[in-house]
Amino acid sequence: MVLILLLIPAVIGGIAFLLPNDPLRRALLVATALTHAGLTAACWVRSPAPMAGGWLVLDPAGLLFLSITSTLFLAAAVYAVAYLRREHDHVTRDAVEGFLFSNAPEATFTGCLLLFLAAMTLVTLSQHVGLLWVAVEATTLASAPLIYFHRHHRSLEATWKYLLICSVGIALALLGNFFLAVAAGSTPLVFCELVARSGQLNVLWMKAAFLLVLVGYGTKMGLAPLHTWLPDAHSESPPVISALLSGALLNCAFLGIIRMQQVCAAAGLGDFSRSLLVGFGLISMAVAAAFIVGQTDFKRLLAYSSVEHMGILALGIGLGGAGVFGAMLHAVNHSLTKAMLFLVAGNILGAYGTKSTADVQGALRVLPVSGVLWVAGLLAITGSPPFGPFLSEFTILKAALDAGRIGVAITYLALLAVIFIGMATIMLRMAQGVSLRIAPQRESWTAVVPPAALAAAVLLLGIYLPGQLTHLLQQTAHLLGNH
Amino acid sequence: MTLDIILILVVLIDLRLLGASRIEASIRIVALQGILLGLLTVLEHYGDLTVSVWLVAVGGAVLKGVVFPWLLVRALRSSDAKREFEPFVGPIASLLAGVAALGMSLWLAQRLPLPQAPHASLLVAVALFSILVGLFLIIARKKAISQVLGFLVMENGIYTFGAGLVRQSPLLVEFGVMLDVFVAVFVMGIALFHISREFDHINAHELATLKD
Amino acid sequence: MQATSFLQILFALLFAPLMLGVINRTKAWFAGRRGQPLLQAYYDLYKLLRKGAVYSRTTTWVFRAGPVVGLSAVLIAMTLVPLGRQPAPLAFPGDFILLAYLLGLMRFFTVAAALDTGSSFEAMGASRDVTFSALAEPALLLGLAVVARQTASLSLSGMYAGMALETWRQAGPVSALVAAALMVVLLAENARLPVDDPNTHLELTMIHEVMVLDHGGPDLAFILYAAALKLWVFAALLVGLVLPLRTGHAWLDVAAALGGIFAVAVAVGVVESSMARLRLLRVPQLLVGAGALVALALILTLR
Repeated sequence: MVLILLLIPAVIGGIAFLLPNDPLRRALLVATALTHAGLTAACWVRSPAPMAGGWLVLDPAGLLFLSITSTLFLAAAVYAVAYLRREHDHVTRDAVEGFLFSNAPEATFTGCLLLFLAAMTLVTLSQHVGLLWVAVEATTLASAPLIYFHRHHRSLEATWKYLLICSVGIALALLGNFFLAVAAGSTPLVFCELVARSGQLNVLWMKAAFLLVLVGYGTKMGLAPLHTWLPDAHSESPPVISALLSGALLNCAFLGIIRMQQVCAAAGLGDFSRSLLVGFGLISMAVAAAFIVGQTDFKRLLAYSSVEHMGILALGIGLGGAGVFGAMLHAVNHSLTKAMLFLVAGNILGAYGTKSTADVQGALRVLPVSGVLWVAGLLAITGSPPFGPFLSEFTILKAALDAGRIGVAITYLALLAVIFIGMATIMLRMAQGVSLRIAPQRESWTAVVPPAALAAAVLLLGIYLPGQLTHLLQQTAHLLGNH
Repeated sequence: MTLDIILILVVLIDLRLLGASRIEASIRIVALQGILLGLLTVLEHYGDLTVSVWLVAVGGAVLKGVVFPWLLVRALRSSDAKREFEPFVGPIASLLAGVAALGMSLWLAQRLPLPQAPHASLLVAVALFSILVGLFLIIARKKAISQVLGFLVMENGIYTFGAGLVRQSPLLVEFGVMLDVFVAVFVMGIALFHISREFDHINAHELATLKD
Repeated sequence: MQATSFLQILFALLFAPLMLGVINRTKAWFAGRRGQPLLQAYYDLYKLLRKGAVYSRTTTWVFRAGPVVGLSAVLIAMTLVPLGRQPAPLAFPGDFILLAYLLGLMRFFTVAAALDTGSSFEAMGASRDVTFSALAEPALLLGLAVVARQTASLSLSGMYAGMALETWRQAGPVSALVAAALMVVLLAENARLPVDDPNTHLELTMIHEVMVLDHGGPDLAFILYAAALKLWVFAALLVGLVLPLRTGHAWLDVAAALGGIFAVAVAVGVVESSMARLRLLRVPQLLVGAGALVALALILTLR
């Protein structure tokens, strides 16, 4: 079962490269997304057997992140069909600098997209340290061509930065894995074994290993000050890719870090690792706040918001206790909300032709449904009730107060307030008013239904947490150690 | 003793890279380093030379010694760029920084003694030194191709660490490293082609349009 | 002092100019010529000593003192350097620092004499020479420090007596690095290719030649002889490191060392024939590279 989850996207991705027929390829993309989502749903009912000698196991944390990935991919695949049809064989004039550019071949795009899904699935399934690392590296390599979809110099620059910075980060994570291997001695490098035999781990090498893995996977996750590739990659890539990068890929890197944190906590280094996580979390939020205020490009705005939320996730794990539950819930909420926002941003970009916040006005009138979703997304992402992120951010705040870390709680609240003000000013100004240049447009259903579905899910999560989800989150939190 | 000689040769190659100014010469030097590391793998596993050890060592040497230089030289020649590094930090300052990094690596290696082999601090030091030199080359040179070379040197350093130390399930990890390096450099090489076609240069320093 | 020490001084005084002949003959052989006679340097010295000197009116006593002080300094330096693992005539702890400073004294007076002529041409050569020597000196001193640490002795005689083939077997890479750096320093300090071309007539490429352009007659003889002795000193340092033979007999050791010195001369000739002069910008990089090699050797020894 686990193997099928992996092989289907991989094999069909390979086929997609060779398929010459575009509509067939797009149908295949949607079909694969549906199959993958269906299989994931089946895993909720009955968890699959471990495979490859305990290297590929779907434990609760893996199932949680796999579900997020699968849902987002389904939404993205449906959106992508109309997007690809519109961008097909299209020579566009760049809005910012006025040159003409074309797009990458659609076969490359679809093939890489499916391989990207396969790589992310592998990340969620891996229980072996080395295999996890290979999977994360594979996601970098599969997603680089996706960022370079619009063939012009800005996206090339973004792709180069992404490729280089993430490869360096992952190389450092590899060194961290080697350090972990030295610390583990003869223990096999599988996470549950490492946790079980945590008493035998060499503490000095373990500390060094955690530091390197945090910096390495933190680069991929977007923690400041290692986040410098994030705004460029997210702003220059197509909206589908931005949604997947923010919603799914950052989570996969996060999974790598929390598995390492699990081992660390079991080895008695919990205080060391948690304090590092809290530090990185607060720094990420502060850097994001600094760049959100006065941002002039709305896709970069959303990218910096991702940096902020990754900081919140790190903070949640770093606080421990109920904070871990809050962080897991926040991972779900943030992914759904951010993906929705990026897809809506794609609609706005398609209608207005510009990424500048100053040039976009009156989105509520030009694109009614997208405009409403944009405002709803603003409220959700900044943590307003009744949306989901409010609950998760509140849980993390409560965990901070319960642990007696008043300073952390005050900084957290202050930064959230600054970010709220920054984002609200920009996004509300984009939604309200009247646009003098663009007439109200008709929105196709494939461009609107996926983000609307995601928004509905976020709203639902804010009002009512389904029992099964709560159970899974609790299992994950317990697994990741309330040590 | 032979191990020490190979490690010192690796250090000399790193120092030479810091002071180098022509790109093609540097590419060939990094290739030589890759071949030396293949030799290192064979020497480290001298007690139990299985087929997989030979595969990893020879495969790695061929990949890093033949395939990558060919790819990178092709990327270099297809672009119209000048064939010299344009460094932010000049050769002499780089060399001095390299000597400082060497001292720091040796100090760090003494603080991190290996549980299984406490006398192997030279290997740890050389690995850390190569990683630092790789990072330095990425930061302190303007051309995109030097960033790829720096990445290769960094991966060589990580490979050195892995080759010497991970004895239990050694080769899966080396396979992983090699696969990663191969695909990463492949993709980077392709990106370099695109960069040289899109811009008139391969100066990563000038890839600075996107900023806040 | 022992008989062998006297012999060392004798050999140095007699055979130093022969090294220059060997170098020139090696270069000629590479170029397919017959070349100068081996004893050409002696004929030159004899000729120059019989000539008179012309002194410009702008020069002072410094100009006349330059060659004399240079020759005296290098004569004293020569007495510090052991040959064939025999103790040198003068030996005390820390004498290698005295060696470096005697060579520095020689250089200082040569440079001062060059500046004393008041011509900017010589000053150009002087500034180049001083820069390169400043960069070469750390390599020399650190290299000797590495050998001192390896043999646990602070005197040159002690250091070279302590070097043995076992040292090479135990810490071969370190000794190889120091030997390579010493070779580079030898080439730089003695104004050999690839740092400086001794046969060049081109203004742009002169370093050492231009400093001694104004000297003539006995002064030039002193300078020529001092240059030969300086080459001997460096070659002896290098030979002691590279060929630490320990046969039972002192005479055999000395004879082997003598052969080694002429081998170094041949090696210098080979290097000069196979390399072109480096661009002036690259010479500091070469010297710092030699310094980095020695730093590596030192770090390895201190481990």
